[in-house]
Amino acid sequence: MTKKNYACRISRSEPGPGDGGRTGSWRVLRPVIDLEKCIPAKRNKPACFTCWLYCPDGVITRTIPPTIDYEYCKGCEICAEECPVDAITMVEETVFLKEEK
Amino acid sequence: MHVIESGNVAAANGVKLSRVQVVAAYPITPQTPLTEKLSEFVDGGEMEAEYIPVESEHSALAVCIAASSAGARAFTATSANGLLYMNEQLHWAAGARLPIVMCVVNRGIGAPWTVWNDHQDAVSQRDTGWIQLYACDHQQIIDTVIKAYAIAETVSIPVMVCYDGYLLSHTYMPFKPPESNQVDEFLPRFSPEFPLNPEQPCNLNTVTLSDIRPDVHGDTAPGYMEIRHNLHTDLREALGVIQQVEDNFHQTFGRGGHPFLEPYRCEDANYIAVCLGSLSYHLRDVVDVLREAGIAIGVCGLRVYRPFPDAAVREYFKSVKGLIIFEKALSYGYEGALFADIKAAMYACTPRPFIHNYILGLGGREIQTHQLKEALYRSCTTEVAPEDMPQWLGLKLQT
Repeated sequence: MTKKNYACRISRSEPGPGDGGRTGSWRVLRPVIDLEKCIPAKRNKPACFTCWLYCPDGVITRTIPPTIDYEYCKGCEICAEECPVDAITMVEETVFLKEEK
Repeated sequence: MHVIESGNVAAANGVKLSRVQVVAAYPITPQTPLTEKLSEFVDGGEMEAEYIPVESEHSALAVCIAASSAGARAFTATSANGLLYMNEQLHWAAGARLPIVMCVVNRGIGAPWTVWNDHQDAVSQRDTGWIQLYACDHQQIIDTVIKAYAIAETVSIPVMVCYDGYLLSHTYMPFKPPESNQVDEFLPRFSPEFPLNPEQPCNLNTVTLSDIRPDVHGDTAPGYMEIRHNLHTDLREALGVIQQVEDNFHQTFGRGGHPFLEPYRCEDANYIAVCLGSLSYHLRDVVDVLREAGIAIGVCGLRVYRPFPDAAVREYFKSVKGLIIFEKALSYGYEGALFADIKAAMYACTPRPFIHNYILGLGGREIQTHQLKEALYRSCTTEVAPEDMPQWLGLKLQT
C-alpha cells in the first residue's frame, strides 16, 4: 500500500491550522483589533504579542500588525481578555452578516 | 522435522517464527498455555520481543494497538469473555488499520460460566472489521499465524486466528514447524507507512469530522464515512490477498490448499456439510460412512469467515442439491450466523439448494459421531425442507 493510498484509510492529522476542521458559521462573537491601540501596530516594533501567545487555536499571527484567521477563530474571547491595552473588542457576527447583505 | 506438541504450543511457535516484537496478553482458559509458552520464549532469549503483562484483555489489546502504531509487530491471544472484554479495542484496532494478529482459542461465553469449546466468542465479534481465519489442526495453526501477519500487513487490517479450545488447544498432534530462514523470506519486516515518531508529531484517530477536510498540507483528508467505507472495500479486496498469500506460502513451504475452503470428497457430492473449525475433520469420518451407504456427500470447512468468501462459496456449492450447516454458535433470536451468510450467498443461484441448519456442541456439549450421521442422513433423504429454523443436535430438554 503506498503512502498516499494509506493516507485515505486512516484518521491522521498534523499540528497546524485547518486539521481540526473549519469553524463554520457558529461563531457568535468576532475579535476585531483596533490598530490605533495595538502595541506592535502603534510602535511598528515586534513587541507585546500577548494575543498571539494566548490564542488557543493559533490563529493570530506574530506580525506587525497581528492578524486573525477568521476561518478557524472560535471566538473564545481570550485575546480580548488578555490584551493589555484593550485593543481587541468582540463584535456580534450578526453585524458582519448584515454588512455582507 | 515433525514435532508432537499441543495446539497452543504450535501457535506460540508460529508467533516466534513471525519475529513478533511485542506480546501483551492476559491468561484465560484455554488460551493460557499459549501465553505461558510465549513468556518462556521471551524470558529464555529465544524471542527478541517485549512481553508486557497486563491486568486485563482490554489493556492487552490497547498495548498491541500502541505497539503496532509505533511500528512494532504485535501479538495477543484470548478466549471467550476475554475477547468480549476487548470489544471496544477490537473495533479500534480495525478502524485504525493496525495489522495486529490475535489467536482466539474458541470457548463458549458466560453466563452461565463455561470453559469449554464453542464458537460464540469469535462469531459474536464478526462485525468488528477484523479478518477471521479458522484452523482445523495444529499444522494449520502454526502456518495460519505466519500467513496472518502476511495478510494483515499487506492490507493493514488485524487478523484473528481462531482454533477450537481443548479440541485443538490442548490435544497433541504432529506438525512440521516451518524453517526460520524460509519464514524470514516469506514474511519481511513490518514497516508501516506512518509509524509514531516524536520528530513528526501527529494525531491518530482523534475526533474525525463527518465531512472531508483539507489537511495542513492542503490535501483532502477523509471523513469518518470515507475511512469506514475504505475499511469495508479493503476487507472485500483482502479475499484476493488471502489467495495470493496462500499461493506464496505454497511456493515457499510446499503445503497449503484452497485459500477459503477445506473440502473433503466434495467433487461429485450432491450434499455438502459445512462448518467452521475442527468439526469439519470430525465430519470426514461421517462422510466416509455415509458414502459407503451410497449417499454422495462431502464436507467443507470454511477457513475464512470474514471477509466472507461468498463468490467461492457460490461457485463451489452451486450445483449441489443440499447444504447442511453445522454451527457451534447462534445469532440469538434468529438462526445460525453462518447459515444466514450462506443462504445470502446462495440467493443468486438457480435452482437454489436446500439449506439446513444444526446448532450443536454449545459450551462443550459432546458431539457424537452417530448424531452427525443421523442428522446428515435425515437431511439428505428428506426431500421436503424443514421449517426454516435451526434444529438442535444433542439437546436434552426435560419435558
